[in-house]
Amino acid sequence: MQSTGLTSGQRRVVVTGMGIVSPLGLGVERNWSRLVAGENGFGRISSFDASDLPAQVAGEVPAGPTESGGLTLSDWIPVKDQKKMDRFIHLGLVAATEAVEDSGWKPESEEDRCRTGVMIGAGIGGLQTIYEASVTVKEGRARRLSPFFIPSALINLVSGHVSIKYGFKGPNHSVVTACATGVHAIGDAARMIMLGDADVMVAGGAEAAVCPLGIAGFCSAKALSTHFNDTPEKASRPWDRDRDGFVMGEGAGIVVLEEYEHAKARGAKIYAEVIGYGMSGDAHHITAPAAGHEGAFRAMQNAVRSAGLTPADIQYVNAHGTSTMADDLELDAVERLFGDDARNLAMSSTKSATGHLLGAAGAVEAIYSILAIRDNVAPPTLNLDNPSRESVIDRIAHTAQERRIDTILSNSFGFGGTNASVILRGV
Amino acid sequence: MSEIADKVKKIVVEHLGVDESKVTPDASFIDDLGADSLDTVELVMAFEEAFSVEIPEDAAEKITTVKDAIDYIEKQKAA
Repeated sequence: MQSTGLTSGQRRVVVTGMGIVSPLGLGVERNWSRLVAGENGFGRISSFDASDLPAQVAGEVPAGPTESGGLTLSDWIPVKDQKKMDRFIHLGLVAATEAVEDSGWKPESEEDRCRTGVMIGAGIGGLQTIYEASVTVKEGRARRLSPFFIPSALINLVSGHVSIKYGFKGPNHSVVTACATGVHAIGDAARMIMLGDADVMVAGGAEAAVCPLGIAGFCSAKALSTHFNDTPEKASRPWDRDRDGFVMGEGAGIVVLEEYEHAKARGAKIYAEVIGYGMSGDAHHITAPAAGHEGAFRAMQNAVRSAGLTPADIQYVNAHGTSTMADDLELDAVERLFGDDARNLAMSSTKSATGHLLGAAGAVEAIYSILAIRDNVAPPTLNLDNPSRESVIDRIAHTAQERRIDTILSNSFGFGGTNASVILRGV
Repeated sequence: MSEIADKVKKIVVEHLGVDESKVTPDASFIDDLGADSLDTVELVMAFEEAFSVEIPEDAAEKITTVKDAIDYIEKQKAA
Protein backbone atom coordinates (compact mmCIF):
# COMPACT_ATOMS: atom_id res chain seq x y z
CA MET A 1 0.00 0.00 0.00
CA GLN A 2 1.23 3.48 -0.88
CA SER A 3 1.36 6.27 1.59
CA THR A 4 0.19 9.63 0.40
CA GLY A 5 -0.15 13.23 1.46
CA LEU A 6 -0.18 13.86 5.17
CA THR A 7 1.66 10.65 5.82
CA SER A 8 4.15 10.70 2.97
CA GLY A 9 7.67 10.42 4.30
CA GLN A 10 6.22 10.54 7.79
CA ARG A 11 4.93 8.10 10.32
CA ARG A 12 1.57 6.79 9.14
CA VAL A 13 -1.40 6.53 11.49
CA VAL A 14 -4.10 3.86 11.38
CA VAL A 15 -7.24 3.09 13.37
CA THR A 16 -7.02 -0.21 15.25
CA GLY A 17 -9.86 0.02 17.75
CA MET A 18 -13.31 1.63 17.93
CA GLY A 19 -16.01 2.15 20.57
CA ILE A 20 -19.41 3.86 20.49
CA VAL A 21 -22.11 4.73 23.00
CA SER A 22 -24.99 6.58 21.35
CA PRO A 23 -28.77 6.89 21.28
CA LEU A 24 -28.64 3.82 19.00
CA GLY A 25 -27.18 1.89 21.94
CA LEU A 26 -23.86 0.49 23.09
CA GLY A 27 -21.34 -1.01 20.74
CA VAL A 28 -19.95 -0.30 17.28
CA GLU A 29 -21.65 -3.20 15.48
CA ARG A 30 -25.06 -2.59 17.07
CA ASN A 31 -24.83 1.10 16.12
CA TRP A 32 -23.87 0.30 12.55
CA SER A 33 -26.52 -2.34 11.94
CA ARG A 34 -29.26 -0.11 13.36
CA LEU A 35 -27.98 2.88 11.38
CA VAL A 36 -27.89 0.98 8.10
CA ALA A 37 -31.37 -0.43 8.82
CA GLY A 38 -32.70 3.13 9.00
CA GLU A 39 -33.50 3.03 12.71
CA ASN A 40 -33.23 6.07 14.98
CA GLY A 41 -32.51 6.72 18.67
CA PHE A 42 -35.06 9.44 19.44
CA GLY A 43 -37.78 9.83 22.00
CA ARG A 44 -39.31 12.35 24.34
CA ILE A 45 -36.80 13.43 26.97
CA SER A 46 -36.99 10.94 29.83
CA SER A 47 -34.13 11.94 32.12
CA PHE A 48 -35.91 15.05 33.42
CA ASP A 49 -39.22 16.85 33.06
CA ALA A 50 -38.88 18.98 29.93
CA SER A 51 -42.56 19.87 29.68
CA ASP A 52 -41.93 23.58 30.25
CA LEU A 53 -39.30 23.77 27.50
CA PRO A 54 -40.01 24.34 23.79
CA ALA A 55 -37.81 21.35 22.80
CA GLN A 56 -38.87 18.06 24.39
CA VAL A 57 -37.17 15.55 22.10
CA ALA A 58 -33.68 14.09 22.40
CA GLY A 59 -31.51 11.08 21.65
CA GLU A 60 -30.73 9.54 25.01
CA VAL A 61 -28.48 6.54 25.55
CA PRO A 62 -30.92 3.71 26.30
CA ALA A 63 -30.77 2.18 29.78
CA GLY A 64 -31.04 -1.58 29.98
CA PRO A 65 -29.13 -4.84 30.02
CA THR A 66 -25.66 -4.71 28.44
CA GLU A 67 -26.39 -7.75 26.26
CA SER A 68 -29.26 -5.96 24.55
CA GLY A 69 -27.24 -2.80 23.93
CA GLY A 70 -28.47 -0.80 26.91
CA LEU A 71 -26.38 0.99 29.49
CA THR A 72 -26.02 -0.74 32.85
CA LEU A 73 -23.38 1.43 34.41
CA SER A 74 -22.34 -1.02 37.13
CA ASP A 75 -21.18 -3.42 34.39
CA TRP A 76 -18.54 -0.85 33.46
CA ILE A 77 -17.70 1.38 36.43
CA PRO A 78 -17.62 0.37 40.12
CA VAL A 79 -20.57 1.90 42.00
CA LYS A 80 -18.34 3.82 44.39
CA ASP A 81 -16.54 5.51 41.49
CA GLN A 82 -19.67 6.45 39.53
CA LYS A 83 -20.46 9.42 41.77
CA LYS A 84 -17.00 10.84 41.14
CA MET A 85 -17.81 11.36 37.46
CA ASP A 86 -20.40 13.27 35.50
CA ARG A 87 -22.39 11.26 32.97
CA PHE A 88 -20.20 12.43 30.05
CA ILE A 89 -17.26 10.69 31.76
CA HIS A 90 -19.34 7.53 32.27
CA LEU A 91 -20.21 7.45 28.57
CA GLY A 92 -16.64 8.23 27.53
CA LEU A 93 -15.24 5.46 29.72
CA VAL A 94 -17.68 2.88 28.36
CA ALA A 95 -16.81 3.73 24.73
CA ALA A 96 -13.08 3.85 25.54
CA THR A 97 -13.28 0.42 27.13
CA GLU A 98 -14.84 -1.01 23.97
CA ALA A 99 -12.23 0.70 21.77
CA VAL A 100 -9.19 -0.34 23.81
CA GLU A 101 -10.38 -3.94 24.11
CA ASP A 102 -11.20 -4.00 20.40
CA SER A 103 -7.64 -2.88 19.60
CA GLY A 104 -6.10 -5.65 21.69
CA TRP A 105 -3.39 -3.19 22.78
CA LYS A 106 -2.24 -4.04 26.31
CA PRO A 107 1.14 -2.44 26.89
CA GLU A 108 3.14 -4.59 29.31
CA SER A 109 6.38 -2.63 29.50
CA GLU A 110 6.87 0.77 31.08
CA GLU A 111 8.23 2.03 27.77
CA ASP A 112 5.13 0.91 25.87
CA ARG A 113 2.87 2.51 28.47
CA CYS A 114 4.78 5.77 28.13
CA ARG A 115 4.31 5.64 24.35
CA THR A 116 0.50 5.33 24.70
CA GLY A 117 -1.53 8.49 25.25
CA VAL A 118 -5.10 9.74 25.49
CA MET A 119 -6.87 12.64 23.76
CA ILE A 120 -10.59 12.61 24.56
CA GLY A 121 -12.54 15.85 24.56
CA ALA A 122 -16.03 17.18 25.13
CA GLY A 123 -17.89 20.23 23.95
CA ILE A 124 -19.41 21.18 27.28
CA GLY A 125 -18.36 18.67 29.95
CA GLY A 126 -20.10 18.15 33.28
CA LEU A 127 -23.03 20.48 32.82
CA GLN A 128 -25.49 18.61 35.05
CA THR A 129 -22.84 18.28 37.77
CA ILE A 130 -22.18 22.03 37.62
CA TYR A 131 -25.93 22.70 37.79
CA GLU A 132 -26.40 20.52 40.88
CA ALA A 133 -23.36 22.03 42.61
CA SER A 134 -24.67 25.51 41.88
CA VAL A 135 -27.94 24.64 43.59
CA THR A 136 -26.02 23.40 46.63
CA VAL A 137 -24.16 26.71 46.86
CA LYS A 138 -27.31 28.73 46.24
CA GLU A 139 -28.97 26.90 49.14
CA GLY A 140 -26.20 28.14 51.41
CA ARG A 141 -24.58 24.71 51.66
CA ALA A 142 -21.26 25.52 50.00
CA ARG A 143 -19.41 23.60 52.71
CA ARG A 144 -21.31 20.49 51.63
CA LEU A 145 -20.00 20.63 48.08
CA SER A 146 -18.56 17.22 47.17
CA PRO A 147 -14.77 17.04 46.91
CA PHE A 148 -15.47 15.24 43.63
CA PHE A 149 -17.36 18.18 42.11
CA ILE A 150 -14.41 19.66 40.22
CA PRO A 151 -12.90 16.40 38.88
CA SER A 152 -16.40 15.26 37.94
CA ALA A 153 -17.03 18.31 35.78
CA LEU A 154 -13.63 18.86 34.13
CA ILE A 155 -13.58 18.07 30.42
CA ASN A 156 -10.14 16.45 30.39
CA LEU A 157 -11.14 13.92 33.04
CA VAL A 158 -12.33 11.35 30.47
CA SER A 159 -8.73 11.28 29.30
CA GLY A 160 -7.61 11.22 32.92
CA HIS A 161 -9.74 8.24 33.86
CA VAL A 162 -8.79 6.27 30.73
CA SER A 163 -5.12 6.94 31.45
CA ILE A 164 -5.51 5.74 35.04
CA LYS A 165 -7.63 2.69 34.17
CA TYR A 166 -5.17 1.34 31.59
CA GLY A 167 -1.89 2.78 32.85
CA PHE A 168 -1.35 4.81 29.67
CA LYS A 169 1.44 7.25 30.57
CA GLY A 170 1.94 9.10 27.29
CA PRO A 171 0.35 12.44 26.34
CA ASN A 172 -2.76 13.02 28.48
CA HIS A 173 -4.60 15.71 26.58
CA SER A 174 -8.06 16.95 25.72
CA VAL A 175 -9.84 18.98 23.06
CA VAL A 176 -12.56 21.58 23.61
CA THR A 177 -13.91 22.99 20.35
CA ALA A 178 -17.68 22.70 20.86
CA CYS A 179 -19.23 20.51 18.16
CA ALA A 180 -15.93 20.14 16.28
CA THR A 181 -14.26 18.43 19.26
CA GLY A 182 -14.45 14.83 18.00
CA VAL A 183 -12.73 15.52 14.67
CA HIS A 184 -10.12 17.80 16.23
CA ALA A 185 -9.32 15.10 18.81
CA ILE A 186 -8.73 12.48 16.12
CA GLY A 187 -6.77 14.84 13.89
CA ASP A 188 -4.61 16.27 16.66
CA ALA A 189 -3.94 12.85 18.20
CA ALA A 190 -2.95 11.49 14.77
CA ARG A 191 -0.49 14.34 14.40
CA MET A 192 0.98 13.55 17.83
CA ILE A 193 1.73 10.06 16.57
CA MET A 194 3.12 11.41 13.28
CA LEU A 195 5.39 13.79 15.16
CA GLY A 196 6.61 11.01 17.44
CA ASP A 197 5.05 12.07 20.73
CA ALA A 198 3.39 8.66 21.01
CA ASP A 199 2.91 5.38 19.13
CA VAL A 200 -0.69 4.81 20.22
CA MET A 201 -3.38 7.38 21.11
CA VAL A 202 -6.89 6.76 22.42
CA ALA A 203 -8.85 9.63 20.88
CA GLY A 204 -12.40 10.92 20.55
CA GLY A 205 -15.17 12.78 22.31
CA ALA A 206 -17.87 12.33 24.91
CA GLU A 207 -20.96 14.38 25.76
CA ALA A 208 -23.98 14.24 28.06
CA ALA A 209 -25.81 17.55 27.77
CA VAL A 210 -29.38 16.23 27.67
CA CYS A 211 -30.07 17.98 30.97
CA PRO A 212 -32.11 21.07 31.92
CA LEU A 213 -29.24 23.52 31.39
CA GLY A 214 -28.20 21.96 28.10
CA ILE A 215 -31.65 21.80 26.55
CA ALA A 216 -32.77 25.19 27.91
CA GLY A 217 -29.52 26.83 26.82
CA PHE A 218 -29.68 25.60 23.23
CA CYS A 219 -33.41 26.43 23.20
CA SER A 220 -32.60 30.02 24.09
CA ALA A 221 -30.06 30.06 21.26
CA LYS A 222 -32.93 28.94 18.96
CA ALA A 223 -30.87 25.97 17.88
CA LEU A 224 -33.17 23.04 18.73
CA SER A 225 -36.11 21.48 16.90
CA THR A 226 -39.41 22.34 18.58
CA HIS A 227 -42.11 21.31 16.08
CA PHE A 228 -41.83 17.56 16.38
CA ASN A 229 -42.33 16.96 20.10
CA ASP A 230 -45.10 14.44 19.36
CA THR A 231 -43.18 12.71 16.56
CA PRO A 232 -39.60 12.49 17.87
CA GLU A 233 -38.46 10.20 15.05
CA LYS A 234 -39.19 12.97 12.54
CA ALA A 235 -37.43 15.82 14.37
CA SER A 236 -33.92 15.41 12.92
CA ARG A 237 -34.25 15.98 9.15
CA PRO A 238 -31.06 17.38 7.62
CA TRP A 239 -31.55 19.31 4.35
CA ASP A 240 -35.31 18.78 4.49
CA ARG A 241 -37.43 21.89 3.94
CA ASP A 242 -39.33 21.27 7.21
CA ARG A 243 -36.26 21.06 9.43
CA ASP A 244 -36.40 23.45 12.37
CA GLY A 245 -33.30 22.88 14.47
CA PHE A 246 -31.08 20.09 15.74
CA VAL A 247 -32.03 17.33 18.14
CA MET A 248 -29.66 16.91 21.05
CA GLY A 249 -28.04 13.52 21.43
CA GLU A 250 -25.61 12.14 23.99
CA GLY A 251 -22.89 9.55 23.87
CA ALA A 252 -19.24 8.98 23.06
CA GLY A 253 -17.09 7.86 20.16
CA ILE A 254 -13.54 6.66 20.78
CA VAL A 255 -10.89 5.33 18.41
CA VAL A 256 -7.49 3.80 19.03
CA LEU A 257 -4.99 5.41 16.68
CA GLU A 258 -1.70 3.68 16.11
CA GLU A 259 1.48 4.14 14.14
CA TYR A 260 1.21 1.86 11.09
CA GLU A 261 4.41 -0.19 11.60
CA HIS A 262 3.58 -0.58 15.29
CA ALA A 263 0.14 -1.94 14.43
CA LYS A 264 1.54 -4.22 11.73
CA ALA A 265 4.26 -5.59 13.99
CA ARG A 266 1.77 -6.78 16.58
CA GLY A 267 -0.67 -8.13 14.00
CA ALA A 268 -3.42 -5.70 14.91
CA LYS A 269 -6.51 -5.48 12.74
CA ILE A 270 -6.42 -2.21 10.82
CA TYR A 271 -9.70 -0.46 10.01
CA ALA A 272 -8.48 2.59 8.11
CA GLU A 273 -5.69 5.12 7.77
CA VAL A 274 -5.94 8.77 8.79
CA ILE A 275 -4.63 10.37 5.59
CA GLY A 276 -5.88 13.95 5.80
CA TYR A 277 -6.83 16.60 8.35
CA GLY A 278 -7.84 20.20 7.84
CA MET A 279 -8.88 23.03 10.13
CA SER A 280 -10.12 26.58 9.78
CA GLY A 281 -11.76 29.46 11.61
CA ASP A 282 -14.68 31.54 10.34
CA ALA A 283 -13.72 34.85 12.01
CA HIS A 284 -17.35 35.77 11.50
CA HIS A 285 -19.93 35.10 14.26
CA ILE A 286 -20.14 33.19 17.56
CA THR A 287 -22.84 30.77 16.38
CA ALA A 288 -23.65 31.37 12.69
CA PRO A 289 -21.45 30.25 9.79
CA ALA A 290 -20.40 32.72 7.10
CA ALA A 291 -22.07 32.86 3.66
CA GLY A 292 -21.37 29.76 1.57
CA HIS A 293 -19.83 28.24 4.71
CA GLU A 294 -16.49 29.38 3.41
CA GLY A 295 -14.86 28.27 6.67
CA ALA A 296 -16.08 24.75 6.07
CA PHE A 297 -14.85 24.99 2.49
CA ARG A 298 -11.35 25.88 3.65
CA ALA A 299 -11.28 23.15 6.31
CA MET A 300 -12.21 20.54 3.69
CA GLN A 301 -9.77 22.02 1.19
CA ASN A 302 -6.98 21.88 3.75
CA ALA A 303 -7.81 18.25 4.54
CA VAL A 304 -7.80 17.27 0.85
CA ARG A 305 -4.50 19.09 0.34
CA SER A 306 -2.89 17.47 3.37
CA ALA A 307 -3.94 14.05 2.05
CA GLY A 308 -2.35 14.80 -1.33
CA LEU A 309 -5.67 13.99 -2.99
CA THR A 310 -8.14 15.69 -5.26
CA PRO A 311 -11.84 15.75 -4.26
CA ALA A 312 -12.54 13.15 -6.99
CA ASP A 313 -10.70 10.60 -4.82
CA ILE A 314 -13.38 10.86 -2.13
CA GLN A 315 -16.58 8.80 -2.53
CA TYR A 316 -18.41 9.61 0.71
CA VAL A 317 -18.80 12.67 2.93
CA ASN A 318 -20.29 12.37 6.40
CA ALA A 319 -21.76 15.85 6.70
CA HIS A 320 -21.95 17.96 9.80
CA GLY A 321 -25.62 18.34 8.71
CA THR A 322 -27.31 19.15 12.00
CA SER A 323 -30.86 19.73 10.67
CA THR A 324 -30.56 23.52 10.89
CA MET A 325 -30.54 26.29 8.31
CA ALA A 326 -26.75 25.83 8.05
CA ASP A 327 -27.21 22.46 6.26
CA ASP A 328 -27.56 24.16 2.90
CA LEU A 329 -24.46 26.28 3.53
CA GLU A 330 -22.42 23.13 4.08
CA LEU A 331 -23.96 21.76 0.88
CA ASP A 332 -22.83 24.92 -0.94
CA ALA A 333 -19.30 24.42 0.34
CA VAL A 334 -19.16 20.73 -0.61
CA GLU A 335 -20.53 21.43 -4.11
CA ARG A 336 -17.98 24.18 -4.58
CA LEU A 337 -15.11 21.94 -3.46
CA PHE A 338 -16.10 18.95 -5.57
CA GLY A 339 -17.17 20.89 -8.66
CA ASP A 340 -18.06 18.48 -11.51
CA ASP A 341 -17.12 15.51 -9.33
CA ALA A 342 -20.02 16.26 -6.98
CA ARG A 343 -22.30 14.13 -9.18
CA ASN A 344 -20.37 11.00 -8.18
CA LEU A 345 -20.41 11.81 -4.48
CA ALA A 346 -22.52 10.30 -1.71
CA MET A 347 -23.07 12.49 1.34
CA SER A 348 -25.31 11.78 4.31
CA SER A 349 -25.99 13.09 7.77
CA THR A 350 -26.14 10.33 10.37
CA LYS A 351 -27.38 12.92 12.85
CA SER A 352 -30.76 12.11 11.33
CA ALA A 353 -30.56 8.86 13.33
CA THR A 354 -28.51 9.82 16.40
CA GLY A 355 -29.14 13.53 16.87
CA HIS A 356 -26.27 15.90 17.47
CA LEU A 357 -23.83 14.50 20.00
CA LEU A 358 -22.00 17.84 20.22
CA GLY A 359 -18.40 17.11 21.26
CA ALA A 360 -18.84 13.38 20.59
CA ALA A 361 -20.40 13.82 17.14
CA GLY A 362 -17.22 14.00 15.07
CA ALA A 363 -15.73 10.86 16.58
CA VAL A 364 -18.92 8.80 16.34
CA GLU A 365 -19.36 9.92 12.72
CA ALA A 366 -15.74 9.12 11.84
CA ILE A 367 -16.38 5.57 13.09
CA TYR A 368 -19.58 5.30 11.03
CA SER A 369 -17.56 6.47 8.03
CA ILE A 370 -14.90 3.83 8.63
CA LEU A 371 -17.64 1.20 8.63
CA ALA A 372 -18.93 2.70 5.38
CA ILE A 373 -15.49 1.94 3.92
CA ARG A 374 -15.43 -1.57 5.42
CA ASP A 375 -18.84 -2.56 4.09
CA ASN A 376 -19.08 -0.33 1.00
CA VAL A 377 -22.34 1.08 2.32
CA ALA A 378 -23.39 4.72 2.63
CA PRO A 379 -25.64 5.15 5.69
CA PRO A 380 -28.89 7.04 5.09
CA THR A 381 -30.13 10.55 5.79
CA LEU A 382 -33.49 9.90 7.45
CA ASN A 383 -36.50 12.18 6.95
CA LEU A 384 -35.09 13.83 3.83
CA ASP A 385 -38.55 13.94 2.27
CA ASN A 386 -38.39 17.26 0.45
CA PRO A 387 -34.91 18.78 0.09
CA SER A 388 -35.00 22.52 0.64
CA ARG A 389 -32.82 22.73 -2.43
CA GLU A 390 -31.78 20.25 -5.08
CA SER A 391 -28.25 19.03 -5.55
CA VAL A 392 -26.38 16.64 -7.83
CA ILE A 393 -24.91 15.09 -4.69
CA ASP A 394 -26.70 11.90 -3.64
CA ARG A 395 -27.70 12.53 -0.05
CA ILE A 396 -28.82 8.92 0.52
CA ALA A 397 -32.36 9.82 1.49
CA HIS A 398 -34.17 7.32 3.74
CA THR A 399 -32.32 4.11 2.82
CA ALA A 400 -28.69 3.00 2.97
CA GLN A 401 -26.98 2.38 -0.37
CA GLU A 402 -24.30 -0.03 -1.44
CA ARG A 403 -21.58 1.99 -3.11
CA ARG A 404 -17.87 1.57 -3.63
CA ILE A 405 -16.30 3.58 -0.82
CA ASP A 406 -12.58 3.54 -0.09
CA THR A 407 -11.98 7.14 0.97
CA ILE A 408 -14.22 9.34 3.14
CA LEU A 409 -14.25 12.86 4.48
CA SER A 410 -16.05 13.68 7.74
CA ASN A 411 -16.96 17.24 8.75
CA SER A 412 -17.58 18.85 12.13
CA PHE A 413 -18.15 22.53 12.81
CA GLY A 414 -18.57 24.27 16.14
CA PHE A 415 -19.77 27.45 17.81
CA GLY A 416 -17.01 30.01 17.82
CA GLY A 417 -16.57 29.52 14.08
CA THR A 418 -14.34 26.45 14.31
CA ASN A 419 -14.24 23.87 11.50
CA ALA A 420 -12.50 20.52 11.14
CA SER A 421 -12.43 17.83 8.46
CA VAL A 422 -10.73 14.47 8.54
CA ILE A 423 -10.06 12.09 5.65
CA LEU A 424 -9.81 8.35 6.18
CA ARG A 425 -8.98 5.60 3.72
CA GLY A 426 -9.27 1.84 3.80
CA VAL A 427 -5.98 -0.03 4.19
CA MET B 1 -23.22 -1.92 68.96
CA SER B 2 -24.56 1.60 69.43
CA GLU B 3 -26.93 3.26 67.04
CA ILE B 4 -24.19 5.73 66.09
CA ALA B 5 -21.73 2.92 65.33
CA ASP B 6 -24.32 1.22 63.16
CA LYS B 7 -24.98 4.36 61.18
CA VAL B 8 -21.27 5.14 60.75
CA LYS B 9 -20.70 1.65 59.45
CA LYS B 10 -23.54 1.99 56.99
CA ILE B 11 -22.20 5.30 55.65
CA VAL B 12 -18.72 3.84 55.21
CA VAL B 13 -20.08 0.81 53.33
CA GLU B 14 -22.14 3.04 51.09
CA HIS B 15 -19.47 5.61 50.29
CA LEU B 16 -16.45 3.34 49.88
CA GLY B 17 -18.30 0.45 48.29
CA VAL B 18 -16.69 -2.08 50.63
CA ASP B 19 -18.06 -5.24 52.16
CA GLU B 20 -19.66 -4.72 55.56
CA SER B 21 -17.46 -7.38 57.15
CA LYS B 22 -14.38 -5.29 56.41
CA VAL B 23 -15.68 -2.28 58.31
CA THR B 24 -14.25 -3.24 61.71
CA PRO B 25 -13.57 -0.64 64.42
CA ASP B 26 -9.83 -0.68 63.75
CA ALA B 27 -10.15 -0.51 59.98
CA SER B 28 -8.31 2.48 58.51
CA PHE B 29 -10.21 4.27 55.76
CA ILE B 30 -7.11 4.70 53.63
CA ASP B 31 -4.98 1.66 54.50
CA ASP B 32 -7.72 -0.98 54.83
CA LEU B 33 -10.80 0.29 53.03
CA GLY B 34 -9.28 1.69 49.83
CA ALA B 35 -10.19 5.34 50.36
CA ASP B 36 -8.13 8.18 48.95
CA SER B 37 -7.82 11.67 50.46
CA LEU B 38 -10.89 12.96 48.58
CA ASP B 39 -12.94 9.96 49.75
CA THR B 40 -12.13 10.82 53.37
CA VAL B 41 -13.21 14.44 52.85
CA GLU B 42 -16.51 13.17 51.47
CA LEU B 43 -16.90 10.67 54.32
CA VAL B 44 -16.50 13.39 56.93
CA MET B 45 -19.08 15.49 55.10
CA ALA B 46 -21.46 12.55 55.11
CA PHE B 47 -20.95 12.12 58.88
CA GLU B 48 -21.63 15.82 59.43
CA GLU B 49 -24.80 15.60 57.39
CA ALA B 50 -26.07 12.36 58.93
CA PHE B 51 -25.43 13.31 62.56
CA SER B 52 -25.95 17.08 62.30
CA VAL B 53 -22.53 17.79 63.77
CA GLU B 54 -19.71 20.09 62.72
CA ILE B 55 -16.35 18.39 62.31
CA PRO B 56 -13.63 21.07 62.06
CA GLU B 57 -10.71 20.41 59.75
CA ASP B 58 -8.13 19.68 62.45
CA ALA B 59 -10.48 17.16 64.07
CA ALA B 60 -11.31 15.61 60.68
CA GLU B 61 -7.61 15.01 60.03
CA LYS B 62 -7.43 12.83 63.14
CA ILE B 63 -10.35 10.64 62.08
CA THR B 64 -8.53 7.86 60.24
CA THR B 65 -10.34 4.73 61.44
CA VAL B 66 -13.95 3.64 61.85
CA LYS B 67 -13.51 3.81 65.64
CA ASP B 68 -12.11 7.35 65.44
CA ALA B 69 -15.29 8.45 63.70
CA ILE B 70 -17.62 6.69 66.12
CA ASP B 71 -15.77 8.05 69.17
CA TYR B 72 -15.74 11.61 67.84
CA ILE B 73 -19.43 11.62 66.99
CA GLU B 74 -20.45 9.97 70.28
CA LYS B 75 -18.47 12.61 72.17
CA GLN B 76 -20.13 15.43 70.22
CA LYS B 77 -23.55 13.94 70.75
CA ALA B 78 -22.95 13.49 74.49
CA ALA B 79 -21.76 17.07 74.93
